[in-house]
Amino acid sequence: MKNRLKVLRAERDWTQAQLANELDVSRQTVNAIEKGKFDPSLPLAFKAARLFDMAIEDIFQDEVGS
Amino acid sequence: MNELKTNSSSWAAASTRNTARLRYWTIAWLATTALAAFGPKWVWDFDTLLTILGVVINLGVGFGMIVATRNHLRGLDEMQQKIFLDAAALSLGAGLVFGIGYELLEDIKLISFEPEISHLLVLMSITFIAGIIAGHRKYR
Repeated sequence: MKNRLKVLRAERDWTQAQLANELDVSRQTVNAIEKGKFDPSLPLAFKAARLFDMAIEDIFQDEVGS
Repeated sequence: MNELKTNSSSWAAASTRNTARLRYWTIAWLATTALAAFGPKWVWDFDTLLTILGVVINLGVGFGMIVATRNHLRGLDEMQQKIFLDAAALSLGAGLVFGIGYELLEDIKLISFEPEISHLLVLMSITFIAGIIAGHRKYR
């Protein structure tokens, strides 16, 4: 699964630690999600969408067929 | 858009608190295990009541450690939970397979000494730690 988390975070000039703090996860988890090594659960993805005030599919995209 | 939180989240604080509690319970369990194991011989000369009391305290503190472990696991974030559970599965599998195999070695006379449960605990601890390290490297 691809995601735009790193770009969105950079646009707001947030650190991984700040984003992790907002999402109630560890900084390592934010790093793993940004690198595409770990796919977040649906509740966590929705939490990220709420934080960035965006639709969930504008942040996370399925890589199958793309 | 929301303002960023200025302080560490309650999740981070709770996670730190859970880890500290697990550490205290583990230390207490190790101490009561040592007391139950060595107390009868070295401290109270096999007094039955004190020996039973030592074992009961050890089991009680052991139960507390199990609860602390469960709370620690529930307090982790989802990636940390996955790493923990993968490592626990590896440890349990290794303990089962090698534990039975180890016991079998004596039954079929391939080793002359009696298998010790402590060897199994060491194996499970090592595989659990290796699983945790491998999990963190995988998602680094």
